[in-house]
Amino acid sequence: MSTAPQATSVASGLRIQTRVTGALIMREIVTRYGRHNIGFMWVFAEPMMFTLGVVIVWSLLRTHSTRLPVIPFVVTGYSSLLLWRNTIGRCGNAVEPNRSLLHHRNVRVLDLFVARLLLEVAGASISFLTLATLITTAGFMPPPYDIFPMLIAWLLLAWFAMSMGLIVGALSVLSDAVDRVWHVIGYLFLPISGMFFMVDWLPQRIQNLALFVPTVNCIELLRGAYFGPGIHAHYDLPYLVTVNLVLLLVGLVAVKGVAGTVEGE
Amino acid sequence: MIQLDQVVKRYRTRAGRHTVLDGVSLSVSKGDKIGILGRNGAGKSTLIRLISGAELPTRGTIVRGMSVSWPLAFGGAFQGSLTGIDNVRFICRVYDSNFKDALPFVEDFCELGKFLKEPVKTYSSGMRARLAFAISMAIEFDCFLIDEVISVGDTRFHEKCRHELFDKRRDRSMIIVSHEARNIREHCSRACVLTDGQLREFADVDTAYAHYQAA
Repeated sequence: MSTAPQATSVASGLRIQTRVTGALIMREIVTRYGRHNIGFMWVFAEPMMFTLGVVIVWSLLRTHSTRLPVIPFVVTGYSSLLLWRNTIGRCGNAVEPNRSLLHHRNVRVLDLFVARLLLEVAGASISFLTLATLITTAGFMPPPYDIFPMLIAWLLLAWFAMSMGLIVGALSVLSDAVDRVWHVIGYLFLPISGMFFMVDWLPQRIQNLALFVPTVNCIELLRGAYFGPGIHAHYDLPYLVTVNLVLLLVGLVAVKGVAGTVEGE
Repeated sequence: MIQLDQVVKRYRTRAGRHTVLDGVSLSVSKGDKIGILGRNGAGKSTLIRLISGAELPTRGTIVRGMSVSWPLAFGGAFQGSLTGIDNVRFICRVYDSNFKDALPFVEDFCELGKFLKEPVKTYSSGMRARLAFAISMAIEFDCFLIDEVISVGDTRFHEKCRHELFDKRRDRSMIIVSHEARNIREHCSRACVLTDGQLREFADVDTAYAHYQAA
């Protein structure tokens, strides 16, 4: 099968891709947040409020172990949680409301996912950045020990979330049940996602098991870089990159597979 | 020039693979007006979607050497929760058209007034069709794909559409699919019949229609 949609060079293909993705992102923002009050700023205001709320509750309740300062521990953990959970969750029902847009040649099923993925990752990132900056400036948490590895950790987590988003999104095209089941899995996954613990606190036997979880590796790297040599972070970068690559490949193949079955309404 | 070469389209159904188009070839030059007759379920809309590029063929090639519209003149191609204006904006972005130039034309043509600021899902099917037609005329294409001829709105609006599409855009190519011959006879110079996944071209519309009736 080969279809030549006019003679397009890579450059003009990229231009079209950027234009379509941009149009889809704007369309998402307008339908989700409208033009009322703060409009598109909800993209990051919402996760910020969430994280801030959790920080306050945890600080007041003091349920947290005192091994690490509670505020930076929660800010790093909860921001990471929102990054993967929102990004994957938004892909569940990405195609159905947009099916009529597939009448336009340049709008492809993959574009519908990419627009939502980029929007969620941007929202979670701006939220984390703003919140961390504000709280640090206010003096409630010390500045990070080393920012660069934190950035790497964040990007690796975003990569994981986007790959998983493609897989969950593609499967949910085949059956609505996938979207619902994913929300349950996401919730049950919380305790082992790495948000609530450092691997170093776990018994030796469980440490090795915990490092099989991709998000645990990301959060360890993030917190290790934030807190510095005072703590012992455990992570396996080659393993994480391999898992991300495999998931991304599976995701892209799955989307390509279901794209053939979806048509404009 | 649009060139279809041995295009095959199959769909998976619960009862196995269903072949809709089985080796369709067609060549459309600039200015050609082609009518394609076919009964319900003959594969007319599938053919139009393939030519538009919204779907890909199972086998064979489609080369588009000119800009081709999306399948026109039905309520689709819109996102229901967006307002009429936001849909215009979206489609302008996708086709790289200037929204500021397009909007006054759409506002004037579709006559929807304040309803352009309401979500499209609240529109009646007539309002939707008017908006669809107006947007498709606001973006210039070399070839228009028309899935069943536009019966938009009342007689006056219908006449306005006919004038906008068939008079003002006389120089463009058009591919019209329909199950009845009247509009094809009126607007087309070439005529084909789609039966059993095969496309056959006839010398004129009347011969095509006779064959279509007999089939």
